[in-house]
Amino acid sequence: MTATEAAVRELTYTGAFNEAMFQLMREDEDIFVAGEDVGKQGGVFGSFSGLHAEFGDMRAVDTPIAEQAIVGLGIGAAVAGLRPVVDLMFMDFIMVAMDQIANQAAKLKYMFGGKAELPLTITTNGGAGLSAAAQHSQSLEAMLCHVPGLKVVMPSSPYDLKGLLVSCVRENNPTILVKNKLMFGVSGPVPEELYEIPLGVGNVVREGDDVTIVAYSRMVSESMKAADKLAEEGINCEIVDPRTVQPLDTDIIVTSAKKTNRVVVVHEAVRFGGLGAEIAAQVQEEAFDYLDAPVARVAAPFSPIPFSPGLEGHYVPNAKRIADGIRETLGRPAPGA
Amino acid sequence: MLRIRLFEEAAGKLFEGNKMPGFLHLYVGQEAVASGVCVAMRDDDQVSSTHRGHGHLVAKGGDLSKMMAELMGKADGYCNGKGGSMHICDLDLNMLGANGIVGGGTPIAVGAGFANKYKGNDTVSVAFFGDGSTNIGAFHEAINMAAALKLPVLFICENNEYGEYTPRHKVMAINDVVDRAAGYGIPGVIVDGMDAIAVHEAALEGLARARAGDGPTFIECKTYRYYNHHGVQTLGMKYRTDEEVEEWKKKDCIEAFEKRVTEAGIISAEELAAVRAEVEAEVAAAVEFGENSPMPDPSTLLTDVYTEMV
Repeated sequence: MTATEAAVRELTYTGAFNEAMFQLMREDEDIFVAGEDVGKQGGVFGSFSGLHAEFGDMRAVDTPIAEQAIVGLGIGAAVAGLRPVVDLMFMDFIMVAMDQIANQAAKLKYMFGGKAELPLTITTNGGAGLSAAAQHSQSLEAMLCHVPGLKVVMPSSPYDLKGLLVSCVRENNPTILVKNKLMFGVSGPVPEELYEIPLGVGNVVREGDDVTIVAYSRMVSESMKAADKLAEEGINCEIVDPRTVQPLDTDIIVTSAKKTNRVVVVHEAVRFGGLGAEIAAQVQEEAFDYLDAPVARVAAPFSPIPFSPGLEGHYVPNAKRIADGIRETLGRPAPGA
Repeated sequence: MLRIRLFEEAAGKLFEGNKMPGFLHLYVGQEAVASGVCVAMRDDDQVSSTHRGHGHLVAKGGDLSKMMAELMGKADGYCNGKGGSMHICDLDLNMLGANGIVGGGTPIAVGAGFANKYKGNDTVSVAFFGDGSTNIGAFHEAINMAAALKLPVLFICENNEYGEYTPRHKVMAINDVVDRAAGYGIPGVIVDGMDAIAVHEAALEGLARARAGDGPTFIECKTYRYYNHHGVQTLGMKYRTDEEVEEWKKKDCIEAFEKRVTEAGIISAEELAAVRAEVEAEVAAAVEFGENSPMPDPSTLLTDVYTEMV
């Protein structure tokens, strides 16, 4: 296979994750994965498929349904010199383990005067759109980003997922990598070799000069659809994907804001107290004089996530709502209006 | 035991003199537990501790000077003044930290136990926790996981009969905490937590079992704290009687141990006095070290939040 062919090989989002896990575990014997159903079952979404067959019970560990103990297992093993990957099946379940995540993992290094290293990766699955209702659909990244000591990663493509997972696992800090459930089957180019995408470095996924869309995780692809539609109306959107939401690549966002003079932040999480509020605040702190309009937010309304497709369809931001938000920021009427 | 007792008494005096910021949860009364267990342990065995954790670090071989400086919030403390009493630790001694969250340390001890099994060594991880801890979810999750995965972990319950200011019997419908061990499918034993030798013997058995790959053991040590949950008051509490305190003090672990070893002719009263003098000097030096250590430089406020990746 030539380098060019390798570069265009496609994998699904789940396939990219799975391949990275195999490669990382072959490379470093200190890496293991533990969580609910991650053994022979390979995880409920297939993320860990095949690992048990190659690495056995001690490196693909089926745990009790006990999220606090799962994260605690990871913390203790990391302090004792291993490099654990622990899986919390749904992002909602992070709330069950929040003491171990926020009070223990996040603070250990600081509380111990810098003497602890915590190479712990927590993987989980967020996002709505599957009628999974209020306890299996949430995007809770803002809560995690609020806790000093954690790093939070929200990949928007198979390529980013593999590179960011590799960086997370090789980090000596506790990281939380949040996959999006609607993206499992999405394919894209993924190099076969292991590669890192540094944490805290964003990506301009589309260049434009009329407005900056800041989006991460699945909202990047929805924003691309919106940008395609708006291009037909003569609006050129720039899309910035921070990829890591803690630490946040403020520079790449501010640079884009200074170029386009308008910013719309898009996320699946509820609008109130979401990352959009933080990003809007940082943009006005750093680029106030460049802004031609208030920073806008397209996000979920302030309610639990509904079950019925008839309701959920109105809850999760989509390309249409993003396009509407951008037209409003630009003071453009909707087509046909 | 004596090192813990004298260290804690000195810390209490500094606290009374407003030289010690924050919360102080003294271990006095329970020394036989930390000492009995830690003397049975190897240096490579790990310990997770509690908010009443000074005793565990002293028993694991902690440096009293660095401990005292940390309790005083000084730059030369174990955690450079960032942790204090509730987060004191020495990872080089495999003491994985005191913990401000009741039940928070036990899952971490189980994780360390998993790492031991993973590495295929015969190191054992020891979780110290109180009776109150056994009512919290994280504790159940962790001990069940350790039992299910047959991990080399020793669970040491320090039942001092009070969860903060509430008697144990008001929040637990069993008389012996160890009854819970059966529910996890692991052996459980009760020992007199005021008898260092009894604790030691039980710990040796539990450690040997774990080292042999036979999984966790639960040891309930019946003990008592002389001081209040927090601070240096002993008598006149709303939640316990002075008579009860006096009864427990009659069983004092240090007096009992000294009586036993002198009567058995193992050590003379003079030798014991010499040991006491030596420890008193060590504690006095620790206090002096703590008092002379500077406050942390404000420039360190934001260091050690993350490990810099290069």
